[in-house]
Amino acid sequence: MSVADRLVGKRMCIVAGSGGVGKTTTAAALAMGLAAAGQRVAVVTIDPARRLANSLGLDELDNEPRLVDPARFADHGLEMRGELWAMMLDAKRTFDELIERLAPDERTRDDILGNRIYAELSGAVAGSQEFTAIAKLYELDRSGNFDVIVLDTPPSRNALDFLDAPDRLTHFFEGRAVKLFLAPTGLAAKVMGRGTGVVFSILKRVTGVDLLTDLSTFFRALSGVLDGFVERAAGVKALLGDPATTFLIVTSPQREPVEEAIYFRGKLREARMPFGGLIVNRVDPGVGEPEPLDPGAVEAALAADLGPALARKVARTVADAQVLADRDAGSITRLRRELDEREPILVPHLDGDVHDVDGLVQVYRHLFALAPDRERLVVRPGRAAPGAQDAGAA
Amino acid sequence: MGKSTVAAALGLAAAARGLRTIVAEVSARDDISRTLSGGPAAPFAERQIADGLSHISIDPEQAMEEYLVDQLPVRALAEVLTASRAFAYLAAATPGMRELLTMGKVWELAQEARRTPGARPYDLVVLDAPATGHGVAVLRAPRTFADAARLGPIARQGRTIDAMLTDPSRTGVVAVATAEEMPVNEALALRASVRDELGLDLDLAVVNGMLPDRLTAAEAEALSAVAGAPGRVARSHHARARAQRAQLARLRRGLRDTGVPVATLPFCFAAELCADDLAALGRRLDPKRGREPAR
Repeated sequence: MSVADRLVGKRMCIVAGSGGVGKTTTAAALAMGLAAAGQRVAVVTIDPARRLANSLGLDELDNEPRLVDPARFADHGLEMRGELWAMMLDAKRTFDELIERLAPDERTRDDILGNRIYAELSGAVAGSQEFTAIAKLYELDRSGNFDVIVLDTPPSRNALDFLDAPDRLTHFFEGRAVKLFLAPTGLAAKVMGRGTGVVFSILKRVTGVDLLTDLSTFFRALSGVLDGFVERAAGVKALLGDPATTFLIVTSPQREPVEEAIYFRGKLREARMPFGGLIVNRVDPGVGEPEPLDPGAVEAALAADLGPALARKVARTVADAQVLADRDAGSITRLRRELDEREPILVPHLDGDVHDVDGLVQVYRHLFALAPDRERLVVRPGRAAPGAQDAGAA
Repeated sequence: MGKSTVAAALGLAAAARGLRTIVAEVSARDDISRTLSGGPAAPFAERQIADGLSHISIDPEQAMEEYLVDQLPVRALAEVLTASRAFAYLAAATPGMRELLTMGKVWELAQEARRTPGARPYDLVVLDAPATGHGVAVLRAPRTFADAARLGPIARQGRTIDAMLTDPSRTGVVAVATAEEMPVNEALALRASVRDELGLDLDLAVVNGMLPDRLTAAEAEALSAVAGAPGRVARSHHARARAQRAQLARLRRGLRDTGVPVATLPFCFAAELCADDLAALGRRLDPKRGREPAR
């Protein structure tokens, strides 16, 4: 099954995984493929590699999607039957814009944007980037301008923040805490010295008055945008659970990202979010032969032509390549089991960095490969080589 | 990147030099503990995982409880707070609170007088910090809070923690990268933000996973005519090793004027890293100074 089969009927594709596994490239290649197939696609990325951004024609952080010139791909043999739009998300600015949009009046808006707690902390905090990204997604979805939206998630190690963000905000705003803050005799009044609630007098002791005052100002100001926020958070939550939404997990076969992928899959299960499939990037292609090669035999066969020293080096490289391929095959077997994913999509390790249009097209071809091509990329447990096509020719 | 691997290796190297060391992980992860002791760690427990080396997985909620118990004269007061749902929501919704609590615990681990009942101080705390952008935000959280709170216990606490984190004689920062374009860019960006936002410099940049660069240019040329799988594999690995060297050189150039040393670690061909491999990596890194690498 190619990635296209898995995305039939999806409007929202969230690409998740740890940093450094080619997540952004995968998201871009995915969006490119869907656009080539005739859909109007927006890819939303956060701080991509400069060259990747340039290859999509993005020069700066810009909170509006831009149409990627189809001529960029024509030279690489890819015809865009649909449209590819791309944007780089500025999390802090998106949050500011959200506040601006939701604030009922200028004073509330200025109170929030000018609050020191907000100003110092809103951009730099786990969860806010995630929430912002999803909020933007929700907005793009509502705009009706796109058939599919592909989100390249922030490289957060804590997947939980991403899934929890809407719930946490909703709970908070609907919960007792915020009422305590906002009631006329609530915390805001109490910290000013009039009240004597036990919880707050203890709180004051721990935090100091200033922080509490700032916090109460922050939350009180935020109450002005409360309804909008709750509605937004509920919409975002519904969007995450929508049958037209899917999460793709991207990993490489290395130990840390594999553990991260397994962890993230568990969190998706717990949160009842839809899992659309696993993409394993950078799979070592091994020697590309059905049976492992014997390094001794390789050395013997090459010694006459290349001389013993070079033949020996080649043999050692072949041995290394087989070790790498075996290890990757082991990782993939483990991922299959732990993620309950029978057919992960495998993308071989490509020589060089994949940050230009050529690289994107290569990744695209692997992601969207049809069954006969895909067969050659399947790793058989216990076999040395995934049998990927020759990465050296790339 | 192999950040956790490098953190574990630094921890083992320090322990081998006789320092009482703890490796701290955040975000409910315990990769290091699993590698070294084969089992998951109980959250927040300081557990010995090798000779002279302990491990902790820091949980912000438990850190908060410990902080409150320590700050308030009577345990019952802390319990009032932690039992209050309103307080729990407030703490969860306050921007930066998790980061502050996490760093507070890291600081606590390094104190002579520990808050944790019965716990002994450590000579070195190795923090396996979150990935790049967020990593610096975490390290900055105490100062941010101190600035926001101005006065009062949190402001004092934040300043104390920040003073340790931004003191180059007490805290060192190690960047971990692989020899690829993005990770090298991120390492350079990390160096800039560590300098701008924390006033520190990197103590070491570690480039992990260097493939053996076996072939000379002439040998690679000789191989270009060799047909079949072995020739193809050797050419492909040669190209990868060369691309890595180019990225390593770019990192070195980017750090040339900064005096930040760059260490490399070889690609580890073993299927799974075991404790012995980590110790060997640690010896290669040899941080020399008895400071506290933040990551």
